[in-house]
Amino acid sequence: MLTDDGTRGVYAASDPASEHVEELQFLLGEGPCLDAFDRRQPVLIADLADEVTRWPVYAPEVHDRGVRAVFAFPLQIGAARLGVFDVFRDQAGRLSEQHLTDALCFADVAVEALLDRQREDTGTLGGPAYDSVIDGVGNRAELFQAQGMVMVQIQGSITDAAARIRAYAYAENRSLGDVARDIVARNLRFEADRP
Amino acid sequence: MTTVSAQRLASIFVEVADTLVEEFDLIDFLHMLTDRTADLVGAAAVGLMLADGRGNLEYMAGSDENVKLLELFQLQTREGPCLEAYRTGHPVINVDLSAATSRWPLFAPRATATGFQSVHAFPLRLRSQVIGALNVFGDTKGGDFSGADVPIVQSLADVAAIALLQERSLRRGEALTEQLQGALNSRIIIEQAKGAVAYAQAVSVDEAFTRIRNYARNHHRKLTEVAQAIVTDRTTPPELH
Repeated sequence: MLTDDGTRGVYAASDPASEHVEELQFLLGEGPCLDAFDRRQPVLIADLADEVTRWPVYAPEVHDRGVRAVFAFPLQIGAARLGVFDVFRDQAGRLSEQHLTDALCFADVAVEALLDRQREDTGTLGGPAYDSVIDGVGNRAELFQAQGMVMVQIQGSITDAAARIRAYAYAENRSLGDVARDIVARNLRFEADRP
Repeated sequence: MTTVSAQRLASIFVEVADTLVEEFDLIDFLHMLTDRTADLVGAAAVGLMLADGRGNLEYMAGSDENVKLLELFQLQTREGPCLEAYRTGHPVINVDLSAATSRWPLFAPRATATGFQSVHAFPLRLRSQVIGALNVFGDTKGGDFSGADVPIVQSLADVAAIALLQERSLRRGEALTEQLQGALNSRIIIEQAKGAVAYAQAVSVDEAFTRIRNYARNHHRKLTEVAQAIVTDRTTPPELH
């Protein structure tokens, strides 16, 4: 878990061993998860043994702990960064196409869940207005433009803006695409949160 | 679309080579490529789409706004020349839109209504993989490609695909996936920046894009970098806020 405001830490791990491997990156200041965050793109390492020059401390260290392959996926929508999702494997080898697709889908779902946690007024996940960021919006460009507009309106971050739009869609029981269209058409505007 | 001028083609490749040697902005580059392709073949509009990790196409760049709407329309209706070129890996050449209603019942009438009469699509290929498609629209009757034009436009599509491997680590098969995901996310950052500038300056999102692009060019900065600064950095140049 990394955020733009400087939060660093492991948010969730499947078991204590991977939690420890995750923490190592923060400790050592290098690793695939940090690279994925900085470069805003996945870092897919099928064989860690090839990457010793890239991460001279991290690669041997996790190799000692039995990790052979790492796949890091940024949790992001454009400029909104919510963290990185890492998959570790104890055998070298590429992710299959299916596993890659699954990981990318999982990352999308995680982004939505993290966005919804940002606001207390957000309804439960899977409610009637629940609408996947990726699949549910016909004109995706419009949704991203709407996020940019709302960011200026609320004078907050792009992450806040994305979360506000989702919370509004839940509360009004409308689809994200609908709400985005109204925002871009300037028929709907948001106010800054009161302190 | 008559046979292309060898001189103009050569100058495009020089421009491409010139861009690819130094650090460059992929999305700006793809916009440039769609502009030049439209110019070269006398097409009314050219659009470019890339596939995400799930095999869905996403709009990346286009020579004008009409083409963007048509590309998005293809994505929504799941039919059209781009999707066909992407699925089959083969170019779609010289399709007369007025006679293509049975092939694309939703897309063909919509494209005709937008003012286009013919359409072509070329797969973006990298080794054995198809990673997107380049769409070329014509607006004059008889605007057909000659046999000699086809490999030339295909080569421009191939250039677009190669540009994706910015870091040139062809060694790793994963590099392409990494770059592709990064490029798709950059496109989202640009849309977010367009929204921010459009609202702050009370202009259309298209006008906002022109302003961001001009600013980046005039200041010799990368398009994505400027877009990112607009969305994340409070010290964005006042011209853009």
